[in-house]
Amino acid sequence: MNEFQLIAYLPILLMFLVAAGFGSSQVILSALLGQRKATKTKLMPYECGKDPVGSARERFSVKFYLIAMLFILFDIEVIFLVPWAVVFRDFVASGNAAFIYIEMMVFVALLLVGYVYVVKKGTFEWGDRARVEAETEAKILARQERLAAIQVERKAA
Amino acid sequence: MFDTNNPLLIAGAQFLGIFLAFNAVLVLTAYLSLVERRVLAVMQGRLGPNRVGWFGLLQPLADGIKFIFKEDIAPDKATKFIYILAPFIAIISALMTLIVYPFGPVVTLPFSETFFGAPVTFPMTVARMDVALLYVLAVTSVGVYAIALAGWSSNSKYSLMGGLRSAAQMISYELSLGLSLIGVILMSGTLDLFSIAEQQGGWFGMKWNIFFQPLGFFVYLISAIAETNRVPFDLPEAETELVAGFHTEYSAMKFALFFIAEYVNMTTVSMLAATLFLGGFQGPFVAEFPILGPFYFVAKVFFFLFLYIWLRGTLPRFRFDQLMNFGWKFLLPVALLNIILTATIAVFFYSR
Amino acid sequence: MIIADLFQTLIWIVLAGLAIGSGVAMVVQRNPLYAAISLIGVFISFAGFYLLLGAPFIAAVQVIVYAGAIMVLVVFVIMLLNVEEEVRKPLRLKFLIPAAIFGAAILFAQAAFIIYSVGASPVRVPNADAANSQIGLTKSIGTGLFTDYLLPFEITSILILMAIVGAITLARRPTVLLLVEEDYDGKKHVERRTLKIDNI
Repeated sequence: MNEFQLIAYLPILLMFLVAAGFGSSQVILSALLGQRKATKTKLMPYECGKDPVGSARERFSVKFYLIAMLFILFDIEVIFLVPWAVVFRDFVASGNAAFIYIEMMVFVALLLVGYVYVVKKGTFEWGDRARVEAETEAKILARQERLAAIQVERKAA
Repeated sequence: MFDTNNPLLIAGAQFLGIFLAFNAVLVLTAYLSLVERRVLAVMQGRLGPNRVGWFGLLQPLADGIKFIFKEDIAPDKATKFIYILAPFIAIISALMTLIVYPFGPVVTLPFSETFFGAPVTFPMTVARMDVALLYVLAVTSVGVYAIALAGWSSNSKYSLMGGLRSAAQMISYELSLGLSLIGVILMSGTLDLFSIAEQQGGWFGMKWNIFFQPLGFFVYLISAIAETNRVPFDLPEAETELVAGFHTEYSAMKFALFFIAEYVNMTTVSMLAATLFLGGFQGPFVAEFPILGPFYFVAKVFFFLFLYIWLRGTLPRFRFDQLMNFGWKFLLPVALLNIILTATIAVFFYSR
Repeated sequence: MIIADLFQTLIWIVLAGLAIGSGVAMVVQRNPLYAAISLIGVFISFAGFYLLLGAPFIAAVQVIVYAGAIMVLVVFVIMLLNVEEEVRKPLRLKFLIPAAIFGAAILFAQAAFIIYSVGASPVRVPNADAANSQIGLTKSIGTGLFTDYLLPFEITSILILMAIVGAITLARRPTVLLLVEEDYDGKKHVERRTLKIDNI
């Protein structure tokens, strides 16, 4: 384990070949043996039995893009943490504990600042708009109920 | 008689190992689907599939035959090449992590002394890599494409919603998954899974990492369930709202590949959990009788698989905003806290 | 050992073919998602090269960061913006074709020269040592990163912080929702709510 040996990585290739062979053999087998009676209705995109309306490919919320962007950045952080974690014990054992500890804590602290910024800017408020709408609806309903109650009181009087 | 350093011999042994692990996991996943249906049925007070063979034991075989003989259709508006590629990415990325898991301790080949002149010992794992854990992360990160591309290429609204949701979900929980592993790496100082399992052999085979990393284990378990798209994080499939999510349009063996990939993913994620946190093949008397190792390992994997099924029978599904909030606002800070805590304690623990 | 070397060369040729093929496909493809997938192929074959060069850590990071994170963003953008298939336009700037051929010839000559000079040079790279060195292992990289290259490492964290702020600033577009309610007597109540990020 202390030296690089290429043959230790050969199983990656072998496993890839086995997995790809398994997948393709199954699909080919099913394509050969399975029945084929394609009709126009059968080839329609599924929409609960109705004829599909418009194209499925529409624009989506910018939030998905933001999530992917933030994922890259935090993923890089994880990647930097890995070699640090691997050498941590050796550094501590050789008396450099404070050095390697403070080093990474500065790194993590800087990224925590970024994380707090992201959270404070409301990036993860997914239901924001829906919540506002629901709150308003509830408010309207409450007001209507109140008005109705007032009318009932007037009638009674 | 034989030179055990001969690359051809090593490659042959590796292929044999892969063949055994591959077949074992495929049989396991086939029966896992049966066990899941039976256990869920018991939890919901019904019988489950019990007609094909004894207690339904031939049901997976019947399912497989049925999958082969079903009609393989692709919707006319689909982007054909990507539509066909996606299930392959799914099954390959699910199976490729199999090679790094240690199934048992170092064992001696029986009768090897008579055949080879000297006892041949080998660890019960296919590949001991320097970057095994990173390799698992890398293969998992490629797996995101399978679902995203399947959802997009089908050109169906349900599929696209499912694919989009799951891609966002998988990348979000991949972060906490990666961060929860750092604590274990800190303690073991290596990425090689076999060494990590070996190091947990103290205390009569019970010096498991879970006792030192409860927080890390907690975060790992939740993110692993989310990574495999299982209940309560099964938004990509969400049969009650999205029909079948990203594989609405898939049929026959292409659908089966997604199905198998999901169950293989469950198994490999459980294997990783068992190796990292529950000591892998370690347990009482493994040092004396190495052959006990694989049994302990399989028992631990079965524990996690049962947990999966149990959760499916118990919990309702998350809403999408809850899911994102939970991942980014709770799991991620907790995982970071775990790293800081572990490092702080380790400074005092490992100093001379 | 000869078989192992031969096999290694074979894998190298396959990877090189995959890398070049995917690279060409990436440029030629008209469907943007196909181009993205070809680029993923390039990155993964590069990871294979790093592995052959004895740098497993870099290989793993190549797949995790490039193929697993950055390309996810690219695929997301293509999926989200619903980028249509590119329409092939008639070629303008025709004089660039001979220039491109000339450039390719120079590149080829340069590569040939490098291969020739490496082969002719008396200084030999000790192959066996390079294959079995520890340079590319995680521990060596960690030791180097946290001692000799400490400053670049810490600067990286500031760079990432800047990128986080930049990403949020780009995507941030406060939306104002006007909520209009009407009572029974026709009185209108208008409420302004500002959403932090556009959430349509």
